[in-house]
Amino acid sequence: MKFDLLEWRKLKNNGELIIEHYGEITPDVITNSLFDVERYFLHSKENSSIKKKAYNVFVECIQNLFHHVEKIPEQLGIGFSGNFGVIMLVKEKGFYRVSTGNFIKRDRFAFLKDRIDQINSLTDLEVKMLYRDILGNEEISKKGGGGLGMIDIVRKTGNKLEYYFYNYNENYLFFSLDVFIS
Amino acid sequence: METIIREGTPKTPFVRFDGEKGLVEIKGRSIPENSVEFYKPLIDWLEKYSAGPVKETYVNIQLEYFNTSSSKCILDIFKKLELIHKKGHLVEVNWYYEEDDEDMFEAGEDYQSIINIPFKMIEMEE
Repeated sequence: MKFDLLEWRKLKNNGELIIEHYGEITPDVITNSLFDVERYFLHSKENSSIKKKAYNVFVECIQNLFHHVEKIPEQLGIGFSGNFGVIMLVKEKGFYRVSTGNFIKRDRFAFLKDRIDQINSLTDLEVKMLYRDILGNEEISKKGGGGLGMIDIVRKTGNKLEYYFYNYNENYLFFSLDVFIS
Repeated sequence: METIIREGTPKTPFVRFDGEKGLVEIKGRSIPENSVEFYKPLIDWLEKYSAGPVKETYVNIQLEYFNTSSSKCILDIFKKLELIHKKGHLVEVNWYYEEDDEDMFEAGEDYQSIINIPFKMIEMEE
């Protein structure tokens, strides 16, 4: 069955939707989204440690999209081109979830999957040591990312990354990522 | 040396680099998309400062949030300060964190594990 973006959004919108952005990811979109997340937590009775973690995860996720989403061609037929991505912050019973979705070219699949699987296979202590190792030894990439985003997310949440690659067409996959904060 | 003062914004921290007083302060949040653009002038300032620092340099870092690309730039700041320390000048880092902010405490520990400068971890009440 062909991947349906609307159905995916419905699937992820399972709980209290705090914020969703669907479209191009720009610095202004990031600023506005962060403002909305902050405003939500300002009025929330959630404990401050969870609020900070959720905010931090949201920052890393939306900036990951900004730095790494592919410029997609119009022929993809979703009504958008350029740096297209989706991000949601959802509150479910007992936890928050940040879900992101973006199209990737098939040639990035193996790299991305291996990287997430590697991070997911590590213990908390190994995640911490890997973070320190990369922080101390690797240069910032040309895209401005430190190569630390996903590791930081796993370290702060203590939860594994959940992901799925949906077939879209012969050139593109849709990469769906869920981060749980509890 | 010219003192650098930058007011905080929703994405960038308050910064005060004062060469005469030997004071380096970064406070607030550091979550810009392009951290290098923000931090490069600060790192360049420290490069010049390291040629003739005052006897004692005090560094106050009090961050609420920082993104992972800022974490690399903050490390670069510490590396410049480490060079000053290695030359025999006193450099002391005060790393502030809120009492329930385990992640910010651990971030201070991360830098301590990489950089050889005296660190004071200072817990703040909310």
